[in-house]
Amino acid sequence: MTLASLIDTPSELTDSASSKTAIVLMTRIRLARNLAGHAFPGWADKTERASIVETCRQALAGTTQMKRGLSVGIEEIGELERQILVERHLISRELSGAKDSAGVVISRDQAFSVMINEEDHLRIQVLRAGFQLKKAWSAINDFDNALESTLDYAFSPTLGYLTACPTNLGTGLRGSAMMHLPGLVLSNQMEKIVRAVNQLGMVVRGLFGEGSDASGSIFQISNQTTLGESEEDIIKRLQAVLQSIIDHEVNAREKLLETDGSKLFDKIGRAFGILQNSHLLTSSEAMNLLSLVRLGVDLGMFAEDRRAVVDRLFIEAQPGHLQHAQKGSFEPEQRDRLRASRLRHEFSTFNRPDFDNVGKN
Amino acid sequence: MASSLKCEICGKPATVHLTQIVNNKVYKVDLCEACAKAKGVTDPSGFSLADLLVKAALQPEAAAPTAGTRCPDCGFTALDFKKHGRFGCPSCYETFKEMVNPMLENMHKGVAHVGKVPHSALSRQSVHDRIAKLETELAEAIKTERYEDAARFRDEIAQVKKDTSAAATTP
Repeated sequence: MTLASLIDTPSELTDSASSKTAIVLMTRIRLARNLAGHAFPGWADKTERASIVETCRQALAGTTQMKRGLSVGIEEIGELERQILVERHLISRELSGAKDSAGVVISRDQAFSVMINEEDHLRIQVLRAGFQLKKAWSAINDFDNALESTLDYAFSPTLGYLTACPTNLGTGLRGSAMMHLPGLVLSNQMEKIVRAVNQLGMVVRGLFGEGSDASGSIFQISNQTTLGESEEDIIKRLQAVLQSIIDHEVNAREKLLETDGSKLFDKIGRAFGILQNSHLLTSSEAMNLLSLVRLGVDLGMFAEDRRAVVDRLFIEAQPGHLQHAQKGSFEPEQRDRLRASRLRHEFSTFNRPDFDNVGKN
Repeated sequence: MASSLKCEICGKPATVHLTQIVNNKVYKVDLCEACAKAKGVTDPSGFSLADLLVKAALQPEAAAPTAGTRCPDCGFTALDFKKHGRFGCPSCYETFKEMVNPMLENMHKGVAHVGKVPHSALSRQSVHDRIAKLETELAEAIKTERYEDAARFRDEIAQVKKDTSAAATTP
């Protein structure tokens, strides 16, 4: 598979058929792994890093998960293509900044991706639309077993899988869910939730990870600790925390409808109006407006099948995807115009919000 | 007074004082405005103090007896760890265990791995280690002219190699 054909294929997340999920947009699990007897990527010299890329790409090519997938060195990926891969959560921002001696291998369906020589030799990831922690774990566990049959992982019986940073020791596992939490944001409860989640040993981050903002009321929630607990227990605990956040979000929405219904309707109605008529939209404003329409779908104002459209637009409104669709590189102001035009077009086929239908299903 | 506090990353006067509770443990950190911004502290949703703690190696009373130690495998020093917040190679965990192990208590749920074990990689490694050991013994036996022992070690090596290649081809 070539990079160009991968980019032209919708990702796991933009696949409209599978997006029937409300609060959890997607689930992700990553495993940090390193090869025994080699310096970690941040300390290894260029020759050693290059040989690690070679060894890992070879081992990955032999797995069924990566059959007919994409395997490329970072230097083969252009700047815009890197940005698109970041927007699809297939590579990290850190890897997208690498010059050489690094690479990425992505499965044909874009559910699996492996970054080579990011912070660790291998960052193995599985991505699933919706709330699918257990399925994701079983998929990535099989994949990891397949790799382990040919690669010698750095492992200590007491500390588990050895990683460049001690925060990832042990299982090397980080599970995360991307959650749409407009109810908690609108009712100003997010700060409280972040604190409570932190106390439970979990972390809340913005859409694109560390340091990114939470535009569109989308948050990533993941486990903080990796050592001293089995993979299954981490998943179970994360699952429980996520479920309780879902419950809080549902309650927050009900309360908003009860106490401030017209304010909520006003926000959603205005968002729809702007999406249908605006001529300049920044990506952050677009995310916030799309988020409100998505809430409108959840509440019954728009048809259920519109949610998949919104989820696709969450990704297609990002700068990389937008420029790729327009086949060029554009300044931010031009992008805002292109984005608005794209969204006007998409929303011209939407039916007006049906405010009377709220609470009927 | 608070004015005497210095930024724990760059040493300039600290103006941002942060407390976070993770796993029922209190972490405190003092930063200057520039470092706070650079680390994303001003954005509560995108920030995790524990990550920062590691990056700046600000572990509570991190002991410094390992300061002069160098990892025999990769040449990494404790100072390098303070600078990067990452280790040089897998062996560093053994080299710097006095420094790492106390950190882990604050960082994780427990200090011992209870999860998955890479069985096939480990058995490959143990075979590899066994052959290496037999080869040293073989060389030693030849050197000291104990030819009967040498023959025994040679046969053993051949047997181990035969067993593993047979195991590798069995489906």
